[in-house]
Amino acid sequence: MSKTLFEKIWDAHVVAPETADTPATLYIDLHLVHEVTSPQAFDELRARGIKLRRPERTLATLDHSTPTLPPDATGERPYGTPAAKAQVAQLEKNTSAFGVTLHGWNSANRGIVHVIGPELGATQPGMTIVCGDSHTSTHGAFGALAFGIGTTEVGHVLATQCLLQRKPKTLAIVVDGKLPDGVAAKDLILHIIGVIGINGGTGHVIEYRGAAIEALTMEERMTVCNMSIEAGARAGLIAPDATTFAWLKGRPRAPQGADWDAAVAHWKQLHTDPGAHYDREVHIDAADVVPTVTWGTHPGTAIAMNAPVPAPRNAVDQRAQTYMHSVPGKPMQGTPVNVVFVGSCTNARLSDLRVAARILRGRHIATGIRMLVVPGSEQVRHDAEAEGLHQVFLAAGAEWRLPGCSMCIAMNGDSAKPGELVVSTSNRNFEGRQGKGVRTVLASPATAAASAVAGVIADPREYLKEAAA
Amino acid sequence: MNPVTRITSRTAVLVDENIDTDRIIPARFLTTTTREGLGQRCFNDWRYLADGSDNPEFPLNRPEAKGCAILVAGRNFGCGSSREHAPWALLDYGIKAVLCSEIADIFRNNALKNGLVAIVLTADENRWLLAHPGIELTVDVAGQFIALPDGTRMHFTLEPFARHCLLEGVDQLGYLLQRSDAITRYEHQEHAA
Repeated sequence: MSKTLFEKIWDAHVVAPETADTPATLYIDLHLVHEVTSPQAFDELRARGIKLRRPERTLATLDHSTPTLPPDATGERPYGTPAAKAQVAQLEKNTSAFGVTLHGWNSANRGIVHVIGPELGATQPGMTIVCGDSHTSTHGAFGALAFGIGTTEVGHVLATQCLLQRKPKTLAIVVDGKLPDGVAAKDLILHIIGVIGINGGTGHVIEYRGAAIEALTMEERMTVCNMSIEAGARAGLIAPDATTFAWLKGRPRAPQGADWDAAVAHWKQLHTDPGAHYDREVHIDAADVVPTVTWGTHPGTAIAMNAPVPAPRNAVDQRAQTYMHSVPGKPMQGTPVNVVFVGSCTNARLSDLRVAARILRGRHIATGIRMLVVPGSEQVRHDAEAEGLHQVFLAAGAEWRLPGCSMCIAMNGDSAKPGELVVSTSNRNFEGRQGKGVRTVLASPATAAASAVAGVIADPREYLKEAAA
Repeated sequence: MNPVTRITSRTAVLVDENIDTDRIIPARFLTTTTREGLGQRCFNDWRYLADGSDNPEFPLNRPEAKGCAILVAGRNFGCGSSREHAPWALLDYGIKAVLCSEIADIFRNNALKNGLVAIVLTADENRWLLAHPGIELTVDVAGQFIALPDGTRMHFTLEPFARHCLLEGVDQLGYLLQRSDAITRYEHQEHAA
């Protein structure tokens, strides 16, 4: 029988099938853990006297609550609050007590959980991957079934390596054609969410496919899959191919030698069979995508930056436009900016920093603008510094920080002030996401860098052209 | 989890669509390492003014909304992050059931696992309830219906296992641990393959 990619992965992980009365018991290959959504789960195991079923399938890091400024002369890190410091200490204690590998402060691989999983080669095609974090969908870029779970379920996986799950529906998003020059993967996924809506994927696993998806690099695929949850989807995935295998080969946790060849032979089977059925299909023409930003307070309010902000349809839109100071009939392009943030699990990999640096090289950010560039991991930081990208950012007047979630989630000391407008390469523009009263406009790294230079939301294509010239 | 069979309360209403988890509990309050005490931060940035006093424009601050255990919300409640702190905060605040025409997947999962009854109604039913704040409802988990003051009922469907767990107070981790042999068999097969 013809199967979709999702069904192949699902079927291979069913420990006990679902019935009318009970969900399936689904085996989890890789469990990623961070400090925010795990302490109560470890406490639950402790209270019951349970050990981890498979500690070697569990990988932990510190990212959400961690400061991105360096320690002082005494080695003390500038945590946002004592609670943040205690939370980090709790994960250090829990991972040590339960025998879990932690990429902590002293690891050369510490970083945002969805950046380090792939970087280490821990993320592999065909796997089931979960984390107490909704952006776990990122790992779907490798043809894995990866989704976010709550803390109770974190406890379930720690204790049993399994979850109770109903099989979700499938949604194919087919992106035909070719993305225009100067248009990023971030613009594409914002465009997609603008088309299907913030709840367009609810109850579904998305498979992104089509010529424009196949043409994306791995880092671009991660950006696309990362934001699947912003359309409400359980997960988003892309069939693995030569691009995937080339990216993974030689990474520390990837299979080596003969195991590698066997793995690739298996991974090549992981694609949707001809004639397989999806519950829904949506077609997008890549040629329609232009630099895209948001005008409102959720990612579904994505529009072309030069298109007029729509008239409010209801009181909810009105509230969003009042909060954002976005004006119906006027484009977002040209809106004055206070802060620019380049970072997060959506856009803090080396290619994201390279494109921002390409625009900032030989230029300076506009007067009064504050710009933070926060690499996604220690590895990204190392690679960026080896190329001298940090010098470009510093010379342009931006701040170069230590890896972490930083201003995407604003629970670590990095935030903007009430009323400030942030052009952000992160994934959520909810009210208060980057600090109480802060107005967030989601954008690609290129748009963010161009806007920092212009001082207003700006089209990066002119800047990229000049940079190439 | 304690069994949840029936909830009777007046409704509190938040008409906004897409009330996300950052609005339910802003991220800066997630540095806690326990489940307790999040109720005072529930809807924090909406509920309090800059000086810390109650925002009179926040619907749940109105006197008639005090003590309501059933929340009716606009479409797509709970979108955004996987933070279980959102249902923890709502429960600690005193909300025992959320009624909405669409509820985000992860939030709904998390809610039901904690005994917060997350119920999806039709758009028409939801619209009617949004337009009639403060009416007394009874949510019957066993019968899967909501009883209105005039005796009419709105029917809903819960995922059967979630409903069973609510009614019996089933510990899902205990249930999974009982499957240990099947999990071991799966792990051996996987290695053999």
